[in-house]
Amino acid sequence: MSAGNLLFVVCSIACLAGALITVSAQNPIRGAMGLLTTIFGIAGLFLKLRAEFLTAIQLIVYAGAVVVLFVFVLMLLGPDARAPARTGRSGASRALGGVLFVITSLLGIVSLSRQGGEHPLGLPAADHGTVEAVGRTMFGPAIFVFELVTALLIVAVVGAIAVARGRQGSVTKRPATKSPRELFAGPPRPRPVPRGLGTEGAE
Amino acid sequence: MNALGDTVESYLLLASLIFTIGGVGFLVRRNVLVQLMSIELMLNSVNLLLVAFNRVHPDAMTGNMFAFFIIAVAAAEVAVGLAIVLSYYRLKSTVYTDEADLLRH
Repeated sequence: MSAGNLLFVVCSIACLAGALITVSAQNPIRGAMGLLTTIFGIAGLFLKLRAEFLTAIQLIVYAGAVVVLFVFVLMLLGPDARAPARTGRSGASRALGGVLFVITSLLGIVSLSRQGGEHPLGLPAADHGTVEAVGRTMFGPAIFVFELVTALLIVAVVGAIAVARGRQGSVTKRPATKSPRELFAGPPRPRPVPRGLGTEGAE
Repeated sequence: MNALGDTVESYLLLASLIFTIGGVGFLVRRNVLVQLMSIELMLNSVNLLLVAFNRVHPDAMTGNMFAFFIIAVAAAEVAVGLAIVLSYYRLKSTVYTDEADLLRH
């Protein structure tokens, strides 16, 4: 068993454990940490597959941006993002989810074992997965797709700002805040907390 | 018999397991944030599979390119999705999909 196989086993366990934590954690912050574990595991598998450029991109975009965005939103929502005391269907749906998972896993294992023969990974070129090799494809045959992705990202950023800000009318209806102290006194619809932000040193 | 991680089948099995976990999480959980995270799990498993298939035909970088574009699209999707979640939270003061019933009646 070489170091590469060991890397595969460790990263697979990290991926599966993180995925299970993501979907089963009651506190979404724990779910975000599980997602982070899965992302690190997948980055390690990319490394095993000799895709160094994608490893870097995976860590920068997912671990650096996506998970941080999730954590920002979770912190913004505060305790409201947690599960309320629910009744009824939760246990049944959880059991249904488990049954679905077992059935699909068994189907996958059976269909994989029945197809016969294994397909070993090919021997990669010396520059497989490096920035040079990916760049030759990205700025060669895939240049049009690349430009489309830039347009998509611009549209997504503008759309996210537009959706998150809400309508202009609802913004102008709010009373204008005057002082920075008023501005940072707490959320617009305050939860019953003992004291707001900015009043810690007041007493 | 190749060792673990040297055949494309091992990656196929792992990716299908992660995809199934993500799919079940999306169907079962009612927290919108957890559902978005489950979508991320599914996208990640497909990325892994694309890169693994790229290694079966290592003379081209097509699988890596597809994975790169999927990562970009996933980033855009998360930005818009979280903006919608914030907007929904401002409307309903909750992030649970059970409460999203404006079109019901």
